[in-house]
Amino acid sequence: MSSDPTQPRLVLRDVAKAFGPVLALRSGNLTVHGGSIHALVGENGAGKSTLVKIVAGVHRRDAGEMLLDGEPADFATTAESKAAGVAVIYQEPTLFPDLSVTENIFMGRQPLASGRRIDRAAMYAEARSLFDRLGVAIDVRRPALGLSIADQQIIEIAKAISLDARVLIMDEPTAALSGVEVERLFAVARSLRDEGRALVFISHRFDEVFDLCDTVTVMRDGEYVGTRTVAETDTDEIVGLMVGREVGELFPKTPATIGAPVLEVEGLNRTGVFHDVSFEVRAGEIVGLAGLVGAGRSEIARAVFGVDRYDSGSVRLAGTAVPAHDPRAAIKAGMAFIPEDRRKQGLVIDSSVSRNVAGVIRAGLAKAGVLTARAENRAAAPWAGRLEVKTNALDMNAATMSGGNQQKVVIAKWLATDPKLLIIDEPTRGIDVGTKAEVHRLLSELAGRGMAILMISSELPEVLGMADRVLVVCEGRITAELDRAEATPEAVMHAATHSVEAAR
Amino acid sequence: MNAVKHDETPSAGEALLVEPSALSPGRRALTTVLRSRELSIFLVLVAVVVVATAKNSGFLFSSDGWRNFLLNPSILVLLAVGQAVVIITRNVDLSVGSVLAFTAYLTGRLFIDQPGIPLVVVVLLAVLAGAVLGLVNGVLVAYGKVPALVITLGTLYIYRGVVLTWAGSDRINRGDTPADFQALGTKTVLTIPVLTIVALVVLALVGYYLHTARGGRELYAIGSDPDAAVLYGLKVRQRVLAAFVLSGALAGLAGVLFAARYGAVTSSTGSGIELQAVAAVVIGGVAIFGGSGTVWGAAIGAFLLVTINRALPTIGIDPFWQGAVVGALILGAIVLDRVLAARQANKLAEARDA
Repeated sequence: MSSDPTQPRLVLRDVAKAFGPVLALRSGNLTVHGGSIHALVGENGAGKSTLVKIVAGVHRRDAGEMLLDGEPADFATTAESKAAGVAVIYQEPTLFPDLSVTENIFMGRQPLASGRRIDRAAMYAEARSLFDRLGVAIDVRRPALGLSIADQQIIEIAKAISLDARVLIMDEPTAALSGVEVERLFAVARSLRDEGRALVFISHRFDEVFDLCDTVTVMRDGEYVGTRTVAETDTDEIVGLMVGREVGELFPKTPATIGAPVLEVEGLNRTGVFHDVSFEVRAGEIVGLAGLVGAGRSEIARAVFGVDRYDSGSVRLAGTAVPAHDPRAAIKAGMAFIPEDRRKQGLVIDSSVSRNVAGVIRAGLAKAGVLTARAENRAAAPWAGRLEVKTNALDMNAATMSGGNQQKVVIAKWLATDPKLLIIDEPTRGIDVGTKAEVHRLLSELAGRGMAILMISSELPEVLGMADRVLVVCEGRITAELDRAEATPEAVMHAATHSVEAAR
Repeated sequence: MNAVKHDETPSAGEALLVEPSALSPGRRALTTVLRSRELSIFLVLVAVVVVATAKNSGFLFSSDGWRNFLLNPSILVLLAVGQAVVIITRNVDLSVGSVLAFTAYLTGRLFIDQPGIPLVVVVLLAVLAGAVLGLVNGVLVAYGKVPALVITLGTLYIYRGVVLTWAGSDRINRGDTPADFQALGTKTVLTIPVLTIVALVVLALVGYYLHTARGGRELYAIGSDPDAAVLYGLKVRQRVLAAFVLSGALAGLAGVLFAARYGAVTSSTGSGIELQAVAAVVIGGVAIFGGSGTVWGAAIGAFLLVTINRALPTIGIDPFWQGAVVGALILGAIVLDRVLAARQANKLAEARDA
């Protein structure tokens, strides 16, 4: 590829970008070499995504310098950055659900036969060889619809390889992956690095950063803080650079008095999804639902809350039966549910913060059927204040906020209903260290006030640190119930993979 | 779908993935055809024709019946093809009825005001006029960031208003156009009407383009996820613009053919035909939110709509029910879509678990 191995593939110098009055990026600096995996870390709102989008040609920088293989570069469109050999894999993969996996890889540059007609046979063959090279088995003709996020990312990577990208940027690719899927992704990333490509890897998981990357660049509040080689640094230093202060206890669950059972689930079944699920959650207790991605944890939670149906079994809240498949009844009975995919399920993205917060209690706020912005703001203010949501005003659009602040808005939205039970799915997915601790402190405080909390999490330290009791789900069944004292990483992982191994 | 047996034990990573389809190419093609929406809608069309012909053999087996079966849907097929292309990009063009009226009246005026004008020039001018009106739609939709539904609802009224102002209470009569032009409307080649041949040629060209050209596939991509299309670096605006230009041009062509077929053109010609075009497209299996479906399906949908309207009196159903039957077809098509989509999603999810 490049003749001079010391020449950096990609250099960004003092890059700045503002959206209206909001300065998203003050001075972004990044130097990435070929044959290297470079981690980019920073709290939410540190400007990482903005930086990536400037490199990708989604946004245009206001100031600063960008060099690609020593040549000045300025991309006005994503097509230009692609042509220059830059591929970006976004946090949420962007595929065309109706089109085949193969068309998704080659869209816009399909191999052509005579008469400028798409050569489908060649296209399928090339897709097949790409997947072979990546060591994955995906039907090249199937539509992208229904693929797991892990598989969608593999498609994105296949796309990047077929473009022969010199620079590959991955924006939090592992946020939604299970352990095995992460390993597969890393193996692919390492082989791309060994081919001499430059990789940029954005992640909030330090174990991954230290496992995969060789260099780390830290950003804070839209500014470059520093670059370290992985061999010469450690987690404490990186965290220190990120937050500008030492982080104390990461998972501060304080003991709370455990009261009477709030949620009682008995014999819940749904064919092909989960089987014979029984458990209870008591007042003041945080119960962790652990397991691999795809084990059926979220599905159980959705069924309990009534979003999805179940075939048999019963759900009782504070002794009263909750009707199946009726979220309104569940809310009325005192349940709150914060889903995993907050962009799609929990937040009205194109709406103001106060409207989001007030959304679920609207009926109670309206006077004579009329809901004023003032009433919404009045109801939202105390909650947003308590959660320290960093928005200039409650009128700000939720779509423009960082992931951590969005999560806080969603939590505020449900706390306004004053629930007895809070079900929260992946509470800190894609959230930075500082905000993570805030979310954990908040959950702990809620439990202390007698709320029962059912928390689904793929992050083992989070489950072990927060939960009073851990239920491990494996292939739709609860395979273990562990007390805080018994819950060791080994015990949980064993139960989470147990039936997989038994089936072998 | 059954998981293919491997010699080695699959790792947990592989187990999460979908196994490649084990079907042979021949069987795969057959399954694709058998499962296609085009086939099911075609079978409905066959059933309607069989029932009507059983009641009255002249429905199909008479020179008039055969000619009407092919000729009547031709103009709607042209509109449906253009509409399908627009809907595939997650847009809609409601102005085609007004465009048709404009070019039909333009055709008559050209023959009246420019005696001896060659037929080819008239057709080209009408197609060009349609394309320009389509371009206006396209520019407003692609650059105005206003939904196509609203834009083309507006141009529907504006274009109709232009025709009303221009034509007033004036009308084009059969005698105003040359005889060879009128003959075009009813002429047949090997019992197949010329209008039908024109519609089928257009259908074949557009269908081929959508299936085999990069630009055609990009239209599907844009409709499937417009935001992703931007991130891919596809030329979303140009493609959407082109789709509207094509729809306008085809509506322009349909206007000429309308004048040739029916002879009489007034300022209210073609009112409401845009909704028939949308209905044909939806019945033909093009998803209303874009990204999937074919112009073949849309064309069969147009045939089905027109044929049902002609068959109902033959079968002995009160013409009052015609609208309701069309409505039931649309709802049926949408319900079928939902059911099939849910089944496919389940299947794909199962395939992942397997």
